[in-house]
Amino acid sequence: MRAWDIEFRALSAGYGEHVVLRDINAVLPGGKVSVILGGSGCGKSTLLRHIIGLSRPLSGGVFIGDRDLFTLNRAEFRRVRRRMGVLFQDGALLGALSLAQNVALPLSEHLRLPRPLIREAALRVLRMVGLEDFADFYPNQLSGGMRKRAGLARAIIAEPRVLLCDEPTSGLDPITAARMDELLCSMHEQYPDMTLVVVSHDLASLRAIADYVLVLRDGGAAFAGSLTELEASPDPYLRQFLRREAADQRLTLHQPPNPTVRAALDRWLAS
Amino acid sequence: MAVDQRNSGPGFLRLLGRPCLRGIDAVGNMTLFLLEGLRQIFTSARIFPRTLQQMYVIGYKSLFVILLIGIFCGMVLGLQGYYTLVQFGSVGMLGSAVSLTLIRELGPVLTAIMLTGRAGSSMAAEIGVMRITDQIDALDVMDINSMAYLVSPRLLAALISFPLLTAIFDVIGIIGGYLTGVLMLGINEGAYFYRIASSVTMTDVAGGFVKSVVFGLLVTAVCCRQGYYTHLRRDSVGPEAVGNATTSAVVISCVLILAADYVLTSFLL
Repeated sequence: MRAWDIEFRALSAGYGEHVVLRDINAVLPGGKVSVILGGSGCGKSTLLRHIIGLSRPLSGGVFIGDRDLFTLNRAEFRRVRRRMGVLFQDGALLGALSLAQNVALPLSEHLRLPRPLIREAALRVLRMVGLEDFADFYPNQLSGGMRKRAGLARAIIAEPRVLLCDEPTSGLDPITAARMDELLCSMHEQYPDMTLVVVSHDLASLRAIADYVLVLRDGGAAFAGSLTELEASPDPYLRQFLRREAADQRLTLHQPPNPTVRAALDRWLAS
Repeated sequence: MAVDQRNSGPGFLRLLGRPCLRGIDAVGNMTLFLLEGLRQIFTSARIFPRTLQQMYVIGYKSLFVILLIGIFCGMVLGLQGYYTLVQFGSVGMLGSAVSLTLIRELGPVLTAIMLTGRAGSSMAAEIGVMRITDQIDALDVMDINSMAYLVSPRLLAALISFPLLTAIFDVIGIIGGYLTGVLMLGINEGAYFYRIASSVTMTDVAGGFVKSVVFGLLVTAVCCRQGYYTHLRRDSVGPEAVGNATTSAVVISCVLILAADYVLTSFLL
C-alpha cells in the first residue's frame, strides 16, 4: 500500500441511529484522481467527512497508507490532516475575510512569516486559479464558481498530499464546470504525487478527470475500479446511471386534483 | 426474568426526570464549553488582534445604545426617586438613590441585557451561519482550533468590554439623574453630588464590576455555544436553526443574567 492510499475497511457510517453507509471496502489509490460517484443522498459527502476525520465511523476504519485515522493519537491525527486540503461544496470561505486573507489563512495561522510574504503566497495560488485580480474582494462579492475556485486555492496553498473536493462542479454552468475540471486536471499535473478525491454526480466531470471510480448505491459500494472498467460494466444500475436513464418506478404525474382546490386555484389565477 | 430498569417506575417521575437530566447535561456542557474557551485564551498565539476586533464589535459598536439607555434610565430614576423622596422630605438623598441603584443593580444588569440584544445575538447568528456553511469545519480541517479562533477572543473581549460599558452606563445614568433632579426639579447641585460621594463605597463599585464580569462570561459563553452547536439542534435545521439558536441565545442569556444577579447580590450584600 502506498503512503497516501485511502482505504475503507468495513466502514459503516451514519448519524445517530441513522446508518448511511454499510460495510464499505475500497481503496482509493494514492497519486491518482478518484471520483466518488453516486446518486443524491447516497452518502458521498458522509464518506468524505470520514476521510477528513470530521465524523467518526460507526464501525470499521479509514486508513491513510497504513495508519488508521481514528486510532491515531491527537498529534499524529493533526499531522496527517495537515497534509489534506479540502474544497467544500460552496467553498466555505470565511465571510469576514477577503479572498487573499481566506486563502492565506493556513499559512498566517501556522507560520511565523512576514505579511508581505504570506500575501505573495496567497496571490500565487490565486493566480493559479485565475482569481489574482479579485484578491481583495470578499466572498459575498463573488459568483459561486469563483468561490469554489477560491476554496480550491485555499485547499492547495499548504501543498497537501491529499486533495478532497466535495462536488466541485455542482451548481455551475457547463462552461464554468468544464473550467473547474480543467483546473483540477492541471492541478494534478502540477502536483503529480497528490491524491485527488472528488465527490460528484456529474458524469461529464467523471469522464474528464477520473482515473479511478468508486460508485455508492444504497449505502454500499456498487463498483470500484477504473473508468474504462466502469464504462464496460454490465451492471444494470451502473449502465442506467451512466446513460442518465430514469429509475424504473415511473412517477405518476397524472394525479387528478381535488376539485375544490382546482376551483379555488382557477378563481385566484383569474383574479 | 429481566426487567428493563429504564422503563420501570411511575410515569410522572420519568416525565420529571428527563428534563432534569437534560438540564444538568446542558449545564455541564455549557461549563465545559466556557472552560475550554477560557483555556484557549492562554494557548492561542494570535488572540490579541482578534480580541481587539471583537472589542470593537462588542464594545465600541454598542456604545451609542448604552449611552442612550443609560441617560434615560438615569432620568427616570431621578424622576421616580424625586417624587418618592419628596413625600418623606428627603429629596436631598436623590443622589444616593440614583447612584446606588445604578452602580449596584441597574448598571450591570441593563448593560448586560442590552449587550445580549446588541452583540450576543449577532455572535450566535454569525457563528451559527459559519457552522451551517461548513466554515467551522473548514477551520478544523486547516488545523485551526475553531474554539480559539471564534470563542476565546469573544470571551476576552467581553471580559474587558462589559465592565467598561457598565462604568459608562453608571456615569451617564448619574448624569441623567442630575438632569431631572437638579436641572428640572431644582434639587441643590451640591447636595446631589455630595450624597453620591458620601454613600457610594468602593465595595459597591467592585460589586458592580464583579457582576458585569460574570454577566459578560455568561452572555458570551451562552451565545457562542448556541451558534457553535447550531447543527445539533433537534427543533430545526439550516437557516431556521440559526434563527432558533439566536432566539435561544438571547432568552437563555437574559434569564441567566437575572438569576446570576440574584445569586451574586445575595453574596455581595
